[in-house]
Amino acid sequence: MTAAPAVAELTYREAVRAALRDALSQDDRVFLMGEDVGRYGGCFAVSMGLLEEFGPERIRDTPLSESGFVGAGIGAALAGMRPIVEIMTVNFSLLALDQILNNAATLLHMSGGQLNVPLVIRMTTGAGRQLAAQHSHSLEGWYAHIPGLRVLAPATIADARGMLAPALDDPDPVLIFEHGSLYNVSDSIPDGTEAVDIASAAVRRPGTDVSIITYGGTLRTVLRAADELERQHVSAEVIDLRVLRPLDDATLVDSVTRTHRAVIVDEGWRSGSLSAEITARLVEQAFYELDAPIERVCAAEVPMPYARHLEQAALPRADSVVAAALRAVGGHA
Amino acid sequence: MPEFRMPSLGADMTAGTLLEWLVHEGDPVHRGDVVAVVDTDKAAIEVECFEDGVVDRLLVQPGQKVPVGAALASIRAGEGAVAALETGPAPLETAAAPLEAPAPAGPLVTSPLVRRLAAERGLDLAAVPATGTGGVVHRRDLPQAPAPRTGRVAHRRESVRASPLARRLAAAGGLDLAEIGPGAKDGTVHAADVRRALAGHPTAEPTRAAAPTRPARTAPAARGEAMRRAIGELMERSNREIPHYYLTQSVDLAAAMAWLHQRNRELPVTQRLLPAALLLAATAQAAAQVPQLNGHWRDGGFAPSSTVELGTVVSLRGGGILVPVVHDVANRSVVELMAAARDLAERARAGRLRSSDLRPASLTVSNLGEQGVDSVLGVIHPPQVAMVGFGTVQERPWAVDGLLGVRPVVVVSLAADHRASDGAVGARLLHRIDRLLQRPEEL
Repeated sequence: MTAAPAVAELTYREAVRAALRDALSQDDRVFLMGEDVGRYGGCFAVSMGLLEEFGPERIRDTPLSESGFVGAGIGAALAGMRPIVEIMTVNFSLLALDQILNNAATLLHMSGGQLNVPLVIRMTTGAGRQLAAQHSHSLEGWYAHIPGLRVLAPATIADARGMLAPALDDPDPVLIFEHGSLYNVSDSIPDGTEAVDIASAAVRRPGTDVSIITYGGTLRTVLRAADELERQHVSAEVIDLRVLRPLDDATLVDSVTRTHRAVIVDEGWRSGSLSAEITARLVEQAFYELDAPIERVCAAEVPMPYARHLEQAALPRADSVVAAALRAVGGHA
Repeated sequence: MPEFRMPSLGADMTAGTLLEWLVHEGDPVHRGDVVAVVDTDKAAIEVECFEDGVVDRLLVQPGQKVPVGAALASIRAGEGAVAALETGPAPLETAAAPLEAPAPAGPLVTSPLVRRLAAERGLDLAAVPATGTGGVVHRRDLPQAPAPRTGRVAHRRESVRASPLARRLAAAGGLDLAEIGPGAKDGTVHAADVRRALAGHPTAEPTRAAAPTRPARTAPAARGEAMRRAIGELMERSNREIPHYYLTQSVDLAAAMAWLHQRNRELPVTQRLLPAALLLAATAQAAAQVPQLNGHWRDGGFAPSSTVELGTVVSLRGGGILVPVVHDVANRSVVELMAAARDLAERARAGRLRSSDLRPASLTVSNLGEQGVDSVLGVIHPPQVAMVGFGTVQERPWAVDGLLGVRPVVVVSLAADHRASDGAVGARLLHRIDRLLQRPEEL
């Protein structure tokens, strides 16, 4: 009766752009603003062509003032609009941290529930492109610390395509982290808006011996590691967090309850990180299921180096993930 | 050649199941060493050896149920056997280690660091002279520990490195982690090692391969049922055979409580005395003075006991009771008595009683004061001939020298066997208890 949905090959960049175009077309309250999103087409060419299509009222270039334009976005959201604010990278979002934490995340509480902030902020994160220590850090874990925010990390083309719509539907502020190394990655996904949730983690590859938990830019690294582990007769289950706040504890605990071992791969620094939080939750909720110490593979605790070989050495790599998984499994796969 | 026999761990016990040997043939054993675990209907009990010598042969296999008195193992007796064995390969100081090694104490309070260090060095924490308050073993105490002896049963549970899952699986399957042995190079027992052991396969470590898997301990629900049945049979026998008579007396505890208050100000918190300790002490002294109530009814006659072996009823949290025994109570100070009673109650509730805790009592005390009752009219534990009960210490109006005052008062009760004594004897016991409690400083 229904034909199979047409399948289109899309890059991550095209998937985000398609999601933006849908949102702008379907709801007059939606507009995009940020540095170079209009005439330049976006620093990562995500919004290329949107200015021509939707006009300067809805695709707005802003001054280089993160605090100013994120604040303007919060104001517009309070006034009934559905703004999408693009910040070039998470490193620069720190200039807007006051607006994000003290206003966007807090106003619902401070107003006794009267003022919600339906704002979406998109930004790139992550290293791997030799952009050095001021453009390469993964600070999304810091935002995952803040009550009042929902923090998303689409790691697949389908999530890049599908997460924006539910984020705009959310009555409260949602941050979307797009890993910079993903924009040129392509995949075939059903042509159209597949509804995705913004609440749960996803098992990207089922396995029985060890749960490898990751998100965003390191998901593909982990999937490569899982392939290598399979060659070594270790069956790894790969979990994509997708949502960094609130964390989907149930999926994590369920997986570890089956595999009894966990490796967490996080491009953020290890100390005080999302990986530390996940470790703590697994120990709190699945202590008696653990058959080995929890392993973590994180970025080296240094400012991200510029030199290519040093940058690669500082990041979680497939071989370090394989090694961690083998340590966890020991001789007991 | 002496034999190590299935002990009687209570008058209601006719047979026991050997759960586990903690020694092997050829191991030297010492009086007081825990050598086996025996399952009665009520609990798994660690059974101590009463001989010094060398285990010659183990006659009963784990899982076998044998009657009380059946030989479990033969032991080559004598210091010679021990010395010959110990001066052989063992270093000299091990032979010099005290033969009367202290039996492992109750729950040990130590830090994880101390437990790990002790495990690494193979030390028995119970044998380490503790310098900390309340018997806490500190790191600095470890060098003072006696060197580990071969065959000596140390605190093995402390020394096993195992994953949380492995511990959970082993506990559920009734396996001892120490006997499973790590299968991996990392020296840690993992879930796979436990599963192998549960499946009856030898573990990867060859020296452990021969270790038989232990029969599972009785499951808690089955244990509850068996305990109910054992208590029922004994109490039924008591009410059928023993013509009970009952006496009660209200005792003014003003002097005792004042003394206790004063005494507790001098004692560290962990050694503070409870009124129950004074009540036990007074009962023990009184029983020594009224020997007609302290002993056993055997073969149609009364056999007095030379010492006061006081059974104390401990109610278990999951239901049921155990009656561990405080040995030779009349010759112990109140502080010692308090420590002994506290230790027994804790170990009874933790399921860590030893065979010596369950030697036959000569008199039993039931204190239901904490439960708020006025008095206890007990059922005698055969073959004993009396049971003393205590209710709650309550403030009551009390006439003294023609004046009405408010005093802490407890109702002391006696259930006694009319075959062995008459009411006047029973009254004398209660009267002695009362008198002793008026002069607590003499207890």
